Amino acid sequence: MLTLHCPHCGTLAAETELTAGGEAHLKRFGPGSDDDSFEGYLFMRENPKGVHFERWRHSYGCGKWFIAARCTATLEVFGTYPAQSSAPPQHIRDAITARRPGWGWRDLA
Amino acid sequence: MAEARAMDVVVAPAAPLGMITLRGDLAALAPVCAAVTGAAMPGVRKAEVSGGRGIVWMSSDEVLLLVAPADVAGALAQIGTALAGQHHLAVDVSDARAAFTLTGPAAREALGKLTPTDLRPTAFGPGDARRSHLGQVAAAFWMAQGGAVTVVCFRSVADYMLELLRVSVAAGPVGYA
Amino acid sequence: MSTRLATGGRLIDRARAVDFTFNGKTLRGFAGDTLASALLANDQMMIGRSFKYHRPRGVVASGAEEPNGLVNLGLGPAFEPNARVTTTALFGGLTAESQNHWPSLEFDIGAINSAFARFLPAGFYYKMFIHPRSFWKHIYEPFIRQSAGLGRAPKNRDADSYEHFHAHVDVLVVGGGIAGLQAALSAARTGAEVLLIEQTAHWGGRAAVDDPVIDGTPAAYWIKTTLQTLESMPNVRLRNHMMGAGLYDHGYALAHERLTDHAPATPGPRHRLWRIRAGRIITATGAIERPLSFAGNDVPGVLLASALRDYIVNYGVSAGDRTVVVTNNDDAYRTAIALVQAGLIVPAILDARPQADGPLVRQARDLGIRVEQGRGIAKVQGRRRVTGVAICAQAGEGAVLEEISCDAVAMSGGWSPVVHLWSHCGGKLIWDEEQAMFRPDATRPPLGADGQGFVQVVGAANGHLRTGAVLADAADAADAAVLADAADAAGGEAPVAQDAEETPMAPVWLMPQGASLKLRQKMWLDFQNDVKVSDVQLAAREGYESVEHAKRYTTLGMATDQGKLSNINGLAVLSSALNTPIPQVGTTTFRPPYTPISMGAIGGAARDALFQPLRRTPLQDWHEAHGATFEPVGQWRRPYAYPRAGESTHDAVIREVKNTRQAIGLLDASTLGKLIVKGPDAGRFLDMLYTNVMSSLPVGRCRYGLMCSDNGFLIDDGVVARLSDDTWLCHTTTGGADRIHAHMEDWLQCEWWEWQVYVANVTEQFAQIAVVGPKARALLEKLGGVDVSKAALPFMHWAEGTLAGIPARIFRISFSGELSYEVAVAAGQGRALWDRLVAEGAALGAMPYGTEALHVMRAEKGYIMIGDETDGTVIPQDLGLDWAISKKKADYLGKRAQERSHMADPERWTLVGLETVDGAVIPDGAYAVGDGVNANGQRVTIGRVTSTYYSPTLGRGIAMGLVLRGPQRMGEVIDIPRLDGSIIKARIVDPVVYDKAGERLDG
Repeated sequence: MLTLHCPHCGTLAAETELTAGGEAHLKRFGPGSDDDSFEGYLFMRENPKGVHFERWRHSYGCGKWFIAARCTATLEVFGTYPAQSSAPPQHIRDAITARRPGWGWRDLA
Repeated sequence: MAEARAMDVVVAPAAPLGMITLRGDLAALAPVCAAVTGAAMPGVRKAEVSGGRGIVWMSSDEVLLLVAPADVAGALAQIGTALAGQHHLAVDVSDARAAFTLTGPAAREALGKLTPTDLRPTAFGPGDARRSHLGQVAAAFWMAQGGAVTVVCFRSVADYMLELLRVSVAAGPVGYA
Repeated sequence: MSTRLATGGRLIDRARAVDFTFNGKTLRGFAGDTLASALLANDQMMIGRSFKYHRPRGVVASGAEEPNGLVNLGLGPAFEPNARVTTTALFGGLTAESQNHWPSLEFDIGAINSAFARFLPAGFYYKMFIHPRSFWKHIYEPFIRQSAGLGRAPKNRDADSYEHFHAHVDVLVVGGGIAGLQAALSAARTGAEVLLIEQTAHWGGRAAVDDPVIDGTPAAYWIKTTLQTLESMPNVRLRNHMMGAGLYDHGYALAHERLTDHAPATPGPRHRLWRIRAGRIITATGAIERPLSFAGNDVPGVLLASALRDYIVNYGVSAGDRTVVVTNNDDAYRTAIALVQAGLIVPAILDARPQADGPLVRQARDLGIRVEQGRGIAKVQGRRRVTGVAICAQAGEGAVLEEISCDAVAMSGGWSPVVHLWSHCGGKLIWDEEQAMFRPDATRPPLGADGQGFVQVVGAANGHLRTGAVLADAADAADAAVLADAADAAGGEAPVAQDAEETPMAPVWLMPQGASLKLRQKMWLDFQNDVKVSDVQLAAREGYESVEHAKRYTTLGMATDQGKLSNINGLAVLSSALNTPIPQVGTTTFRPPYTPISMGAIGGAARDALFQPLRRTPLQDWHEAHGATFEPVGQWRRPYAYPRAGESTHDAVIREVKNTRQAIGLLDASTLGKLIVKGPDAGRFLDMLYTNVMSSLPVGRCRYGLMCSDNGFLIDDGVVARLSDDTWLCHTTTGGADRIHAHMEDWLQCEWWEWQVYVANVTEQFAQIAVVGPKARALLEKLGGVDVSKAALPFMHWAEGTLAGIPARIFRISFSGELSYEVAVAAGQGRALWDRLVAEGAALGAMPYGTEALHVMRAEKGYIMIGDETDGTVIPQDLGLDWAISKKKADYLGKRAQERSHMADPERWTLVGLETVDGAVIPDGAYAVGDGVNANGQRVTIGRVTSTYYSPTLGRGIAMGLVLRGPQRMGEVIDIPRLDGSIIKARIVDPVVYDKAGERLDG
């Protein structure tokens, strides 16, 4: 029963108010993309024990999507930020580095 | 089973409300919202409501406008005119929603049986609005200056909501004020 | 015998006698008794039978850890099995029955298992019931089912009510002993909001029994004044009868409050499940005394030393006149002293330690009690009741030195901290060698959202067994808990306590340490499930080295008490058998709830009308009043058909179809999803969502559209109407409204967030009524107000106007193949419109029809239904819907996916109609088979049936199905087996079997 801070409406939302949306920061590949790129976009997912970026929707609350940076092993939440972000903002990366020096995720570090 | 104690709260369907969902840039919407409802644009998670008119903050780009039911069509026209050429969405949702009021000092506790929202007075008081779930359905609710709470849910689950609130109240106080 | 003493009993009110019944006998106790103490007071030592061997069982403990004292409680609608007598408060009229025996507690046929015990070792079931395979279904399984389960399942509906409550607090303190009281006090003094909960009716825990001196006063006085202080603090809430059931992520805790179990006449819910979100959690859950493993330690009359003391001090009840105390620590001497002070006889204290000479030992000796050191019990005598003990040297193999007659044994193998809550959420343990116990490792706590520990364990639960240390620990932890939140005030000094010095305990896992197999086969670890020392040793020999495996093989700790008494003793035996240190063997996983909580509490108020929300359309009352039968569609209940008096549902469907095709049918279509999509980029957005082009749809027109996931699969369909230059109305399926709304928001917020589009779900703003059939136009014209002529409102157009005086939007769309209008009005006016349609339509033959008639008619027209023709693996091309897929668009969701080689494979099963040769109706879910067999030797499947109905229009069965190269095999007859193996012959035909030219709907 997680709680996540919704960056849109500012409430600390309970897990029953949220919908999980899987891995964040996927780049969509559409028509014209090669098979490998499309496969990567549609199917290939990170499954880390540690730092992860996930999409969540405050579905019973303000209805907005956001991204949570959290640790899958300890459930520590490093921060949340609006889904309208193509990469984690610097303050989130700094927060992760402070807690998990040397972390890496896909091509981020 | 013995007769259930009632809590010190009365649950009732709210007087009919004209309701408009308005989406757009909230700052830009403020003047016409004020013109239509007589209320100032509420802050985040706040409600500016009195006498069945007002504005409830729903999300960063959405408010719920409350007007008299007879005034909805006029308000929509007024909004359309005022926001012409400006990206927005205004729809009448008066019939899509049901509203209930909880009046009495135990309103907070009756809701506490149903929602994970933090309802401590330090977290939720007069003028505050929240969206969450009550039991198994989505709901928005706000507290008026006197402490009465208005609950809004979808029309199709109005019976469920009324029964949920009724059972919550009939089961008696928790004694956790 | 066990009896009520003439004096004593701090919790009972001797002025208030309470009558209750046990196995039909009326017995008498006092207000304040537990069922356990009241039974003991009536010499009812034997209370039940064990699970496997049906051995006689009596209470062994006095609290939540009790494994034996389980009864069927209450009658009829108040019946509950497996009620624990030690935690059941006595009340007038209580009715209890013992469990797990037949025909009676005293004489039990099942006890014959005990005679065969040596043939029923650990793993017996696994070894015995595997061969021959054919015996399983008719011999072994019925046998196992017969012997499975403890207590009876309730037959009646539960008459009680239950509820949930959500609470948010700064600090939750679990456990109302002196550690919990002190922790709550310290935390509260810093200004934090504190909730202190206690599972029993009483505060003070063990200190109230043993009454050490705190701050120069008796503990009882300190408890009373501390409680008064806490009650006077506005930031403190105290609740008893409330157990901390489980701790979860991010400061979430569940607590189970028993409101009326002790007072059944009280109105209100029986149990309340608290869902607590706490900033910090302090668990002060105490410790549980461990049994000792000696032969016959399960005979009724053998109790934990602390429990025996509790019964004397709290209830004025003695378990026996002559009690032998056997121990490996000083604390059990308190029991001996209490017994003697109560005027009872303690023939001997058998102390397994070679030497012990603390103040408690000296006090016992001074009272004239015989203290034997280095001694243990070789064997308990008696079957249904202790009659004596045989003494042996602890260091030896069990040679009997002496026999002592007694009727009770008080045993103490040391104490195990209650670390359950700490462990529920990932807190780690360390092995405390000196006290032979697992206790919380403060350096590895459960972590909260901030990555910091949010749980602290204090007092005995933290391994502190002496009063002074308990109080200091509690005060420190509370300070730390609150200071971590940067409060500046401290919680004050810890009180000073004096209790007797104690000599160290010595771990004793076998008594005597060299016990023979014969003795080990009589040493119980798990009293309820009948797991003995010999069973765990056998498991180890058979290779069950992991404690989790050994647990499941032997069932150690799997009873309703979840091993509160047995786990540590069992893993010590396993550790010794494996020759591996205890900490390396480790513990099994602690899982919530701490003790069983009621199913009712878990469900809360969600029963009857509140079991799940049922969504009602504006016309639901009418449907119910007119005899509709309903089918669930999501949380809606849509009318399936409207059978008339004397008419079967099937006949009603046939009538409704025929009537709609010949006259007029009325359908409540309000549940269809209605999403408004508006903005400068709305057209572009819809072109991405639908497979065809929506941006080109002229205002006033409607277009059918398909929506796919980006994986290419069809997820929804519906008619889109363009309302204005920048506004579209998208109809979704009934089940799709919320899902597709979320789908739109997802893409708008997470992918195309710069596009200017707003979406609103207006599904419930409107009542929508389909007026269908050749006379539909005539009916709407009768209502008047809107020109619905073919010229003014052609097929796939919509119009706005005032119909019968009601503002309406009318869509000329059809899902039946007939002339059809869907009329949308404000939900609040839906009933008025419906009533007018029914009234004015009567003369034209209008009748309502349900979803089954809708299905039949759409199937006759070959229209697909999401969820029938689709199942998440079907792309539009499989359904012959290429006409609804734009070839011109550069992109839409699913386009790239549909270009994959597998999606373009000509071998994909494709939609066709199926016409049975003999007119039969194909069963739902049937498969079509071809020639040959697959790798598993099964007949090759070449297709499956997606929709199948009896067509009243054609007078025979019709179906649609996905068939290998279906469209190229028109006219071919294929085989479709029924479940009984018989074959239905079906011809592959065009899915459209009614009005292929579409003249009727375009009429």
